[in-house]
Amino acid sequence: MNVAVDNPALEIHDLTISYNRRPVLWDVDLTIPEGAIVGVIGPNGAGKTTLIKAVMGLVPAGSGYVQIYGRPLDEVRERISYVPQRESVDWDFPASARDVVLMGRYGKLGLFRRPRRADRDKADECLHRVGIEHLGDRQISQLSGGQQQRVFLARALAQDADFYIMDEPFTGVDAATEAAIVEILRGMRARGRTILAVHHDLQSALDYFDWVVLLNMRLVASGPADKVFTAELLQKTYGGKLTLLSKVGNLLQKEEFPTRET
Amino acid sequence: MNSLIEFLTFDDPGVRAVSLGAMLLGIGAAVVGCFTFLRKRALVGDAVAHAVLPGVCLAFILVDFMGSLGWTDISPKHPLALIVGAFVSSWISLRLIDYISFKSRIKEDTAIGLVLSVFFGIGILLLTLIQHGSSAEKAGLNSILFGRIAALTAGDVLLFGAVATVLVFITLMLYKEFQLMSFDEEFAAVTGLPVRRLELTLTTLTVLAVIVAIQAVGVVMTAAILITPPAAARYWTERLPVMILLAALFGALAGLTGAYASFAAPRAPTGPWIVIVLTGFAILSVLFAPRRGALARQLRQRRNAGRIRHENILKALFHLGEQDDDFYAARSSDDILARRPMDGTVLRRGLEQLRRHGYVRREGAAWALTAEGRMRGARITRLHRLWEVYLTQYVGIAPDHVHDDAETIEHILTPELEHELEALLDHPQIDPHARVIPQKHG
Repeated sequence: MNVAVDNPALEIHDLTISYNRRPVLWDVDLTIPEGAIVGVIGPNGAGKTTLIKAVMGLVPAGSGYVQIYGRPLDEVRERISYVPQRESVDWDFPASARDVVLMGRYGKLGLFRRPRRADRDKADECLHRVGIEHLGDRQISQLSGGQQQRVFLARALAQDADFYIMDEPFTGVDAATEAAIVEILRGMRARGRTILAVHHDLQSALDYFDWVVLLNMRLVASGPADKVFTAELLQKTYGGKLTLLSKVGNLLQKEEFPTRET
Repeated sequence: MNSLIEFLTFDDPGVRAVSLGAMLLGIGAAVVGCFTFLRKRALVGDAVAHAVLPGVCLAFILVDFMGSLGWTDISPKHPLALIVGAFVSSWISLRLIDYISFKSRIKEDTAIGLVLSVFFGIGILLLTLIQHGSSAEKAGLNSILFGRIAALTAGDVLLFGAVATVLVFITLMLYKEFQLMSFDEEFAAVTGLPVRRLELTLTTLTVLAVIVAIQAVGVVMTAAILITPPAAARYWTERLPVMILLAALFGALAGLTGAYASFAAPRAPTGPWIVIVLTGFAILSVLFAPRRGALARQLRQRRNAGRIRHENILKALFHLGEQDDDFYAARSSDDILARRPMDGTVLRRGLEQLRRHGYVRREGAAWALTAEGRMRGARITRLHRLWEVYLTQYVGIAPDHVHDDAETIEHILTPELEHELEALLDHPQIDPHARVIPQKHG
């Protein structure tokens, strides 16, 4: 199942991504509606993180293209915000929670310019929105996992974007934080923002997401959550890897073959 | 000693210039080094330093050769010639490291090791060639290995100092960009910062910082002046601006040491002195810095141990009180020891300390709880039993296995966690062993 929408927030067209010549995502083709909370769901090694990194241009596309709000990435960078996986950074960095949230303003500020009073106020407001305004001065390694995730969310909010990309925002956080994050995401949706989040917990997925992308090395399905969550499609996503696809991928790497002839 | 006083009066204009220049070198290297350190690229700094040598030697040979043909009359040891040579060869080494680790199966640390030793080897070979050659100016070039400020004119040092100042200025201009890149490079890219170009800028700054520092510290030890100041500074603070300031201070003092060493013993290499002083800062930081230092951590652990001892004594007294339903009765040491076995001297010392803190009273040879002591004993007992309830109900551990866990956890639970625990367990009255849990204001 692959439900196409008009005027999509995100369009991925025939995207293939390889690491070291081994394709990890094959020919992904999908559209995502504006103002939805979208879950990217699939087993470990399905290429979920790779997909969102390709959307942000962090990994090069072997073939195909990505458009956000109908434009290429470089024209809409200001409208995109990112919440990376919590483990992707070293939290023993000399910075306070407020310092990190302030980083969300750097893109808007541009080179050389210092954060202004308005940026600091914005950072404090975002800390408040995620419920940790009292922890602004705390060194970031002294925050709990849930609090660190909230700092990352606050930093994304400080970017004031329209399209939010999140990698496993609910991993390793306490129940209170998970509920708080969901609440914030719904508030963002109410204001027309689009959220694309990698997620691995099937239990909560139907609750959290309006739209679901099922992924396992290739697109299994993309559509409204209640339509996509069928036993058949889930079986297709989680029922083991497509071994032939993996074997061909390994072969391409071993023989140093290109994934496209030209 | 006389030479130190003479040096510190800064009467000699030569001394003034060299001191100022050397301090600027130290500051420049330390400030740029902060970001090299935070990006965990310390080894790259070392590779750059070693890769400088062949460039310097080739520049020397080239300028010397041109001079012998009468094309130029600048000295082959002119600092600009050296800077250009050093820059080119260290730049090539960096590209090579990137290329090897990107294009082959060799990992980056191996690539750095390979490039470092190959470049250094070629450098030493060229240096030997020069020294066996006929150049009139060959004397003193080997001071680049271990650094010799005395080999430079005051003008040279000031030139290097000026370059270092520019480095600091650029680094501070790009402070927010470098900060974000060091913390979270992917986010920096998504947010639209020109990450590739900034990375290139930072690498160039690192290379230049190494080159200006080399005359003072020497090829072999330059990584120290780049990395040791930030590593030491990190111990003292959780704020990046403060860390940069401290690193600059350490760098400046190291530079000053180098200047003094070259003043006191002009023939000796200055690098080892600088490195010794920097290492001294690092050791002092590792040992004595608040919070992160070894001493502070030792003290924290001792305080914790003391607190655990005190609380165990209070708990024993409280348990005896529960047993007889008389919390304020005086107990002998033997009664307490029977309730909770421990070393007799430790108990006596602990009781004495608790008396001073107002938690117990002395009655002849016996001891009794004060009202505050009873409160604290009750709190520890409550936490212990609450934790046991939590472990049996929520973690699913058998009641006969929960005691030992609770024995530690009771000392560390904060009032907030206590509150959360009580709310979660819905204010239980009885622990898994059917004992009453003392209530907060009972």
